[in-house]
Amino acid sequence: MTNPNRTPAIAATGLRKAYGDKLVLDGIDIHVPTGTVYSLLGPNGAGKTTAVKILSTLITGDAGDIRIAGHDLAADPQAVRAAIGVTGQFSAVDGLITGEENMLLMADLHHLSKAEGRRTAAELLERFDLVEAAKKPAQSYSGGMKRRLDIAMTLVGNPRIIFLDEPTTGLDPRSRHNMWGIIRELVSDGVTVFLTTQYLEEADELADRIAVLNDGKIAAEGTADELKRLIPGGHVRLRFQDPDAYQSAAGALRDITRDDESLTLQIPSDGSQRELRSILDWLDSADIEADELTVHTPDLDDVFFALTSGSTVPNQPKEAVR
Amino acid sequence: MSSLALAVRDSHTMLRRNLLHVRRYPALTLNVLLTPIVLLLLFVYIFGDAMSAGIGGGDRSDYIAYLVPGILLMTIGGTTVGTSVSVAMDMTEGIIARFRTMAIHRQSVLIGRVVGCVLQCLASVVLVGAVAVAIGFRATDANAVEWLAAFGLLLLVAFALTWIAVGMGMVSPNAEAASNNALPLIMLPFISSAFVPVDSMPGWFQPIAEYQPFTPAIETLRGLLLGSEIGHNGWLAAAWCLGLTVLGFFWSKALFNRDPGN
Repeated sequence: MTNPNRTPAIAATGLRKAYGDKLVLDGIDIHVPTGTVYSLLGPNGAGKTTAVKILSTLITGDAGDIRIAGHDLAADPQAVRAAIGVTGQFSAVDGLITGEENMLLMADLHHLSKAEGRRTAAELLERFDLVEAAKKPAQSYSGGMKRRLDIAMTLVGNPRIIFLDEPTTGLDPRSRHNMWGIIRELVSDGVTVFLTTQYLEEADELADRIAVLNDGKIAAEGTADELKRLIPGGHVRLRFQDPDAYQSAAGALRDITRDDESLTLQIPSDGSQRELRSILDWLDSADIEADELTVHTPDLDDVFFALTSGSTVPNQPKEAVR
Repeated sequence: MSSLALAVRDSHTMLRRNLLHVRRYPALTLNVLLTPIVLLLLFVYIFGDAMSAGIGGGDRSDYIAYLVPGILLMTIGGTTVGTSVSVAMDMTEGIIARFRTMAIHRQSVLIGRVVGCVLQCLASVVLVGAVAVAIGFRATDANAVEWLAAFGLLLLVAFALTWIAVGMGMVSPNAEAASNNALPLIMLPFISSAFVPVDSMPGWFQPIAEYQPFTPAIETLRGLLLGSEIGHNGWLAAAWCLGLTVLGFFWSKALFNRDPGN
């Protein structure tokens, strides 16, 4: 490796995993350049956690060629483990011992000297606002505190590639925003982050590239903007109460989508001020007056629903897609 | 770091973690001590007179001498059940998944467990032994070499049963299942020569009682401490210990190297 920045942090091709007859990952490719944030986005049961487990050496895939930080995962899993840090979906802290003892345990397992271990533990406890709770058993921590301790433990070995499996699931809004801050801070230190989430907003906020995983396949991949371009763009929606007004407007306007049931018309628009003004001028000149006008800009929700609709995920809880 | 140095260092870290658990939560450890101590007192003070008649001895002190070796081995069995339960609990925790994704010596999680449990077994044997001495047990016929051999035997048994218990803990999905699966470690002493001699049992059952792992170990310990006939029991005990250790080690290792369930 002459130039470590040219080596992708994660390069996986043809990743497959089945449990019995149930195909969980159907040959997916993942490519994450060093120093970027990659988000695997998908509903519950899409295979996100399985992907993280395979890439982080916890379980073995059925097929696929995986290189992490330039190391072949199948041939040299220990080299991969030395380069990564993992924070799983379920807290990986030892609840029976204190937060500080958890940190020192990690320091020992990373073979830091006693002094170095104490210093690292103290720094990270401070950074993650856990100094006050450091001497209490970790099982007494709140969900947000456990998650912070979890990430602090992951950072003890100073890993250059970090896997975060649904780091904000189950956190309250404040803790979620704190977690976003923590992740941004990691990225500014040059760490590569592989993030799974079921929250579109989260992927939009944090990720350089987003892959939508659905039913074991990657349905789409790109930047948030690229994904938004994949689906029909934004529009202005006009709603009428009077059927006659609706009919005459529908007759006067071109390039529209009609919905006769709810008496609404959709005019394609990117939602910019300039376009909005020209639409309003046009409506005035045609003497059309709608009872309600709303502007709809495309967001990842639209992308998500467009890409994952038609799939049948049993018992899909409502909060899986926000 | 060489792989041996890595193994030693990581196993030591894991051992410290387990001992920290024991120190923080002494209840589980003390619980497993309760059974052998209660049985010791029960059989000596409540059943003692009837039992000593059964072994053809004179008074209660003869039965104390007969009973204590079996109680000591039962103590080891009970302590390893505690380990089985805590291994099962540990394996369901996220922290073990974390260990698996770290560049540490892979078997250190298990080795730390086993060493911790053997130390716990020895501490338990010393405590139960102290109770036995307090109520009148004396090793009437043991020189320094025999004491050493007795100690070595207890160590080997602890080691063998611990590896088996770790495997049982790992194959169990939760703490309840672990304590059920480990039941043989509690029950086997009752159908051994711990409480009554094998030849007082029904004829068809005697071969089972005689050759199961606890009886040879108990008879060997009796011989070392009290001077009774050891005979082929010494070799049998050694063979059982070796066999169970090898079996338990490879079984546990294979279970740990499996992909964890989701």
